[in-house]
Amino acid sequence: MRGPGRWAVLFALVVLAVVMVFPFAIVAINAVKSPAEYSSDGPLSLPDGLYLQGLVDFWNRVEFGTKLWNSLLISASVAVLAVVLSVLNAYALGIGRVKGRLSILVLFLVANTLPQEALAYPLYYLAKAVGLYDTQLSVIIVMTVIQAAFGTYLLSAVLGQFPKEILEAAAIDGAGRLRSLWRIVVPISRPTLNVLLIFFFIWTWNEFFLPLIFLISNDTQTVPVALAVLQGEKYMDATMSSASALLGLLPAVAFFLIFQRTLTRGVTVGAIK
Amino acid sequence: MRVRTRGYWLYLVPSLLLFLVVIVVPFLMNVGASFTRWSGVGTPRWIGLDNYTRLLKDERFWQSFQHNVGLIVAMAIVPTAIGLVLAAALFDYIGKKFGSRTASALRAMYYLPQVLPVAVAGVVWGWMLHPSYGAINQIFGLDLDWLGDPDLALATVMAVMVWFQLGYPVVIFMAGLQRVDPAYYEAAEIDGASWWRRFWHITLPQIRPEVFVVLLTCTIAALKVFGPIFVLTRGGPGNATMVPSYFSYLNFFQKSNVGYGSAIATVLALIIIVVTFLFLRVQERER
Repeated sequence: MRGPGRWAVLFALVVLAVVMVFPFAIVAINAVKSPAEYSSDGPLSLPDGLYLQGLVDFWNRVEFGTKLWNSLLISASVAVLAVVLSVLNAYALGIGRVKGRLSILVLFLVANTLPQEALAYPLYYLAKAVGLYDTQLSVIIVMTVIQAAFGTYLLSAVLGQFPKEILEAAAIDGAGRLRSLWRIVVPISRPTLNVLLIFFFIWTWNEFFLPLIFLISNDTQTVPVALAVLQGEKYMDATMSSASALLGLLPAVAFFLIFQRTLTRGVTVGAIK
Repeated sequence: MRVRTRGYWLYLVPSLLLFLVVIVVPFLMNVGASFTRWSGVGTPRWIGLDNYTRLLKDERFWQSFQHNVGLIVAMAIVPTAIGLVLAAALFDYIGKKFGSRTASALRAMYYLPQVLPVAVAGVVWGWMLHPSYGAINQIFGLDLDWLGDPDLALATVMAVMVWFQLGYPVVIFMAGLQRVDPAYYEAAEIDGASWWRRFWHITLPQIRPEVFVVLLTCTIAALKVFGPIFVLTRGGPGNATMVPSYFSYLNFFQKSNVGYGSAIATVLALIIIVVTFLFLRVQERER
């Protein structure tokens, strides 16, 4: 293809890209319009100026700072704890090659693909019984186990190819297992661990079903749960809806910009394994 | 020197304990509850297979699985098909003619929806599709109730899910294409093979493993789908967008039919496990 043909292909791909990012743009435009402006000019006009009151009002009304903090607390804790568990498991399975490792791996894999609905009610019941219902800790524990199931699966494959000579040399120097893990395996696999950490963080941030069931009070809810529950409530007008959409979008887009390289690389690491 | 493996068991203990408490016991409790009539309080009453025979006759249950099929089309099949063409075009055409920066910028734009919490994506689209003040009706000069009209609701949800999912296959396939030896393309080009021929005979066979993985993970995601349904339609209007996961949620937390909800969740879990094994089987035979 020559001349106009190649530009036609580029044009088509650019049009599609515009369609894909259109919702982000239109949310941003409308979140800074005043209600009067919205009702007179509609959602498609450019804003006359920056009207931030809608965002401020929405922020205060839903105590958005609290929701952000809850999401951050839960996602960061799950990411760290799940990486720790994954490393411990993968050490035993990938390097230790304990007996029955294949069945254990299959078990973890099945756990990760199970629909959460098939665990939800008993977990809800148990959380109530032990007094963890409506606490961030309940979601942290459950999500840690679910994410670690995937992490174990991935990391075991990575550690299965770990150079044995290094570990043997360390053993001769008198390093125990725990020391080898902490001083040799973890530092060498750091790049993979970082990818996992970021993935667990973002997956947990995006999680909806379990937080919806466990976190019912205003003080414990996460960002997605708060926005979803508010959706369709009476006082939500057009500008407030777009303000809420923007506040939901922003952290996700920020993570995307910060972690873009790791994300695109990591998504493929996760997929091929 | 032989590394002894016995001591490594210790490292599995914390996970296995947590795993037992968070996954195994709850799953068994769920299966157990599916044989009972239970409102969530008081003692469950054993009723054997009654919940399952009731399921077979429940029109809502069958409809919810039909909607799942639609969502598999929207979340797995369509994004895979479009994603293949996009990835090939970006890799084999845009990347070569306009530079790799253009290609990766476009890829990033396609991928952007994937970073959103799916519930937030639902909030965004719920606002854009609003019948009176939404942007979509304004742009096309229409007056449709996209999510409120039973004839339109499922198609609308499917369209939103295509938008949401598309970036995932594009990223995976483009990464897979990095493996392909450029000599294949060069040879094909010298032989005068058209773009479509190169796509069919080089690109597609080379990234078969990625296609399998994408189809599997997206099919599972479609079977599990909950967030967008909760936010966009809550299964309605009527049952127009009911899916099994939302149907079980409804029985658990709104109708106090915990036994019935558990039966739905158990069936869904079984279907997902079977689908996973079938896919892995096919994939193994491919190798």
